Amino acid sequence: MSTATAIPPTQTRTWQTLCARDDLVAHSGVAAWLDGTDTQVALLYLPGRTPEIYAVANHDPFSNANVIARGIVGDIKGEPVIASPLYKQHFRLSDGVCVEDESVHLRTWEVKIDGDRVMIRV
Amino acid sequence: MSKQRLIIIGNGMVGHHLVEQLIACGAPRDYAITVFGEERHIAYDRVHLSEYFSGRDADSLALASADDYAAHGIDLRLHDTVTAIDRDANEVVTESDRHPYDRLVLATGSYPFVPPIPGNDREKCLVYRTLDDLDAIREAAEDATTGVVVGGGLLGLEAANALRGLNLDTAVVEFAPRLMPMQVDAEGGTLLREKIEALGVQVLTDRATQRIEAGETSFHRMVFQDDKMLETDLIVFSAGIRPRDQLARDCALEIGERGGVVIDDRCLTSDPAILAVGEVALWNQSIFGLVAPGYQMAKVAAATLTEGDATFTGADMSTKLKLLGVDVGAIGDAHGDRTPGARTFRYLDELKQEYRKLVVSSDGKKLLGAMLVGDNATYDTLMQYYANGLALPDDPASLILPSSEGAPTLGPDALPDTATLCSCHNVTKGDVCATLDAGALDLASVKDETRASTGCGGCAALLKSVVDHELAARGVEVDQSICEHFAHTRQELYSLVRVEGIKTFSELLEKHGTTAGHGLGSSSAPKLGCDICKPAVASILAACFNEPITDAAHVPLQDTNDTFMANMQKNGTYSVVPRIPGGEITPEKLIVLGEVGKKYGLYTKITGGQRVDLFGAQLHQLPDIWGELIEAGFETGHAYGKATRTVKSCVGSTWCRYGVQDSVGMAIRLEERYKGLRSPHKLKFAVSGCTRECAEAQSKDVGVIATEHGWNLYVCGNGGMRPRHAELFATDLDDEQLIRTIDRFLMFYIRTADRLQRTSVWRENLEGGLDYLKDVVLDDSLGLGDELEAQMQHVIDTYECEWANTLSNPEKLKRFRTFVNDSRPDPDIIATEERGQLRPA
Ligand code: SRM
Ligand SMILES: Cc1cc2nc3c(=O)[nH]c(=O)nc-3n(C[C@H](O)[C@H](O)[C@H](O)COP(=O)(O)OP(=O)(O)OC[C@H]3O[C@@H](n4cnc5c(N)ncnc54)[C@H](O)[C@@H]3O)c2cc1C
Ligand code: SF4
Ligand code: FES
Repeated sequence: MSTATAIPPTQTRTWQTLCARDDLVAHSGVAAWLDGTDTQVALLYLPGRTPEIYAVANHDPFSNANVIARGIVGDIKGEPVIASPLYKQHFRLSDGVCVEDESVHLRTWEVKIDGDRVMIRV
Repeated sequence: MSKQRLIIIGNGMVGHHLVEQLIACGAPRDYAITVFGEERHIAYDRVHLSEYFSGRDADSLALASADDYAAHGIDLRLHDTVTAIDRDANEVVTESDRHPYDRLVLATGSYPFVPPIPGNDREKCLVYRTLDDLDAIREAAEDATTGVVVGGGLLGLEAANALRGLNLDTAVVEFAPRLMPMQVDAEGGTLLREKIEALGVQVLTDRATQRIEAGETSFHRMVFQDDKMLETDLIVFSAGIRPRDQLARDCALEIGERGGVVIDDRCLTSDPAILAVGEVALWNQSIFGLVAPGYQMAKVAAATLTEGDATFTGADMSTKLKLLGVDVGAIGDAHGDRTPGARTFRYLDELKQEYRKLVVSSDGKKLLGAMLVGDNATYDTLMQYYANGLALPDDPASLILPSSEGAPTLGPDALPDTATLCSCHNVTKGDVCATLDAGALDLASVKDETRASTGCGGCAALLKSVVDHELAARGVEVDQSICEHFAHTRQELYSLVRVEGIKTFSELLEKHGTTAGHGLGSSSAPKLGCDICKPAVASILAACFNEPITDAAHVPLQDTNDTFMANMQKNGTYSVVPRIPGGEITPEKLIVLGEVGKKYGLYTKITGGQRVDLFGAQLHQLPDIWGELIEAGFETGHAYGKATRTVKSCVGSTWCRYGVQDSVGMAIRLEERYKGLRSPHKLKFAVSGCTRECAEAQSKDVGVIATEHGWNLYVCGNGGMRPRHAELFATDLDDEQLIRTIDRFLMFYIRTADRLQRTSVWRENLEGGLDYLKDVVLDDSLGLGDELEAQMQHVIDTYECEWANTLSNPEKLKRFRTFVNDSRPDPDIIATEERGQLRPA
């Protein structure tokens, strides 16, 4: 549970540009900073699928290293997942939940590709 | 009606099995069960006790948890010794209390016999039976360099292996004229001794220890009958076991002449309120020092207690062991001295160090016993002949003679339904078939249902072959799919790629992947593959076509280490390992390594593979670092890939007074030839300049040792988790023959191995074994020789340093950014200084 912030989050949610489409690597991940925060986001790009991009936290809760973007993207029974490159746990891209231990999850964000820009909703 | 009170004394393997059997037949409804265990630990797998020294801990050896007991209302009292049984009051007495019983079971097992030698109570005189014993040994070994095991039987040799594992110079002292006198005869004993001595364990037979006293150079001195002496730092007694029958003696139950609580066919002692099971029980004048008979007794005892009817009718003492890596098998009347008129057949190969003996009935029709030393490949088959009384072939000797087809096997088909597959849980082939008929579809569910192969594990291979065979007979395909995305094995994927010339993962997935669709999520979306099939296919594609793994089509398939061509460390940084072929390096290059390490603040270490590892680089630093290294003439070392790693060398004839060939030159030639080759698992090589073997070639996938006339080639060795000596494959090869043989060998491995299967494991699973491999590679029995060589030549011709390729391509370099929208380093990577270098904080 995160503690309540002064302003209700829904009201301040806006789409913000994160990086260029060109920065993405097809069928794989890259990491980006969330502007003005100390949060790292892993962007997973699956061209040809809907949705074609996912954003989950780059921090791996099992190893405590910032490495999620460098894992292998795949699917388990059709459900897209990313495997942590260190100890290989799988996280669902849709909701960040760890397949091996459902009590653990990665934070997720709404993202979209708008022309040449990758946008994230914060 | 109030419940009867049942007390079980002893929570060892058999006591625990009894509890399981009681639960299985619903006994907790009628009995209030209390279990007393003297040890601190809940029942654990004593059979695999030695694994406590090779990586397993008490938890993983445990057979159950306290919660399992509690869940069935069983009162488990560990670390609580029963000190007496009061049969008049029907009570057991512990140190602190008295507990009434209606029925009582003795499952107290046995204790290691320590011969009455003066000095046997000195400090660092230990035994080998419990987890606590092993802790004591480990502690005593800390400041010891030598160890002696008194007793050269089964458990003694196991203890010797443990001492070796603790890095002690180890000796075994046996009273009898040979090792394992119970299981093997003089010839087998000699062979066993040679093999064990070759492992560096000293063997002293015919030695009675007279006394143990303080040593001069070591902690102890052992003095033998002839006043000879042996100094050692610690002693483990393993001179046999004795039943723990003291409680029974004290309350005047009937005891055998040489110990053991006498039981009848229903496991009842002379007092029908009391039963005994396991190693403490004496049935028909015999103690059974193995777990399988104990389990059978437990089953019988459970039936007796719940008014079922089952009887114990004796048990087979056949054993199949691997002691210090040496196979030993004894079946039935292995010595041939129990049946009049029995005839024996013997086969001894002093070169391969194998000995096999058959004992057959006077008419030659039935197998009465067998003895194997050095190779247990024939054990399962012989055991089936023996246990099921199958008629022997006309020439029984054929069962033990070497044959080009490898060890003879009795197909699962030939076994009758009554054949016992698993003696621990008494499971027959018929039982297995029944579970399959009832709907079990794979090995795991057969194991769950019947519990076959969950005891000592000795029947695993046989069970699998029966299950596979029976499933096939029922038209069920045995699923060997690599993962959910392909219904193929790695070998099949390899052939598909080769035959159809498929060059990308997506094409392979499209043509041969399982159909998309089932499951949750976006069900109509195309499948993506996963972290199992992607790297496996990437490796196959690289071995076949050798396109750079950093090409856009291949990069998402790679494990992170291959993607970034560096090994990821636990904090997300990477290590850099340039290739140093054969370990030879110029001073100039060494200086460059030093300069790069210093400039980028990298921790620097000499590796076990004769090269230098630079640790702690962040993702975005890798291109700069490699730019400088490549400038200085280095290439990538593939330390990150399932690929050729290093070719270790010794200095060889150029400098060494013993060298007979230029081992450095050959090592460099091999490393230059096979660098960049991707394979199912990593490949390590070594070349030694003479038989002194300073390069440790016999622990490598490919080992080369110089001879006066050329090179001896060894294959399929392994260090690591499960070390395996490489096997001599071909002798006195000239340079060109050597290279051609290695080309073929490696390509055949790449073609047929499973994913992540090193050459050692591949070889162990290869049907037909080393002989078959020789046929294929040396004699070209499959006619594949030219093809394999050509495939290797393609990989060699298309080699390109992956790092050089990447540095010349701006598109590929984009991947090496810690963050795509900012050039800051990762602030969470914090280093601290230790011994003058940085390490992760
Ligand atoms: C650096 C080094 C240790 C050292 O400081 O000396 C090392 C380090 C690693 N070894 Fe090793 N091994 C190193 C020599 C060895 C050796 C000795 C040798 O090659 O002579 C062995 C035993 C020989 C053998 O492989 O048969 C060895 C047996 C293993 C194993 C067990 C393999 C097995 O079959 O059981 C693993 C695990 C695996 O590969 O699955 C492993 C895995 C690893 C990994 C890659 C673990 C990982 O996935 O992160 C380590 C990371 C290295 C890094 O980050 O740079 N390493 N490793 C050595 C690098 C040699 C080189 O120059 O490339
Ligand atoms: C190193 C080693 C390797 C072995 N390898 C094999 C093998 O490969 N194959 C095989 O078949 N067998 C093997 N065995 C033998 C096998 O472990 C035994 O046959 C089996 O453990 C016997 O079970 P048990 O329950 O009768 O005795 P145990 O397992 O010894 O259990 C008896 C328990 O009772 C407890 N106890 C005794 N007295 C009391 C008391 N008064 N109050 C409370 N508790 C008490 C003891 O502390 C002990 O925990 C091996 C044994 C050892 C030590
Ligand atoms: S293996 Fe032989 S040639 Fe090589 S260094 Fe050792 S002794 Fe010298
Ligand atoms: S024979 Fe021991 S587990 Fe099957």
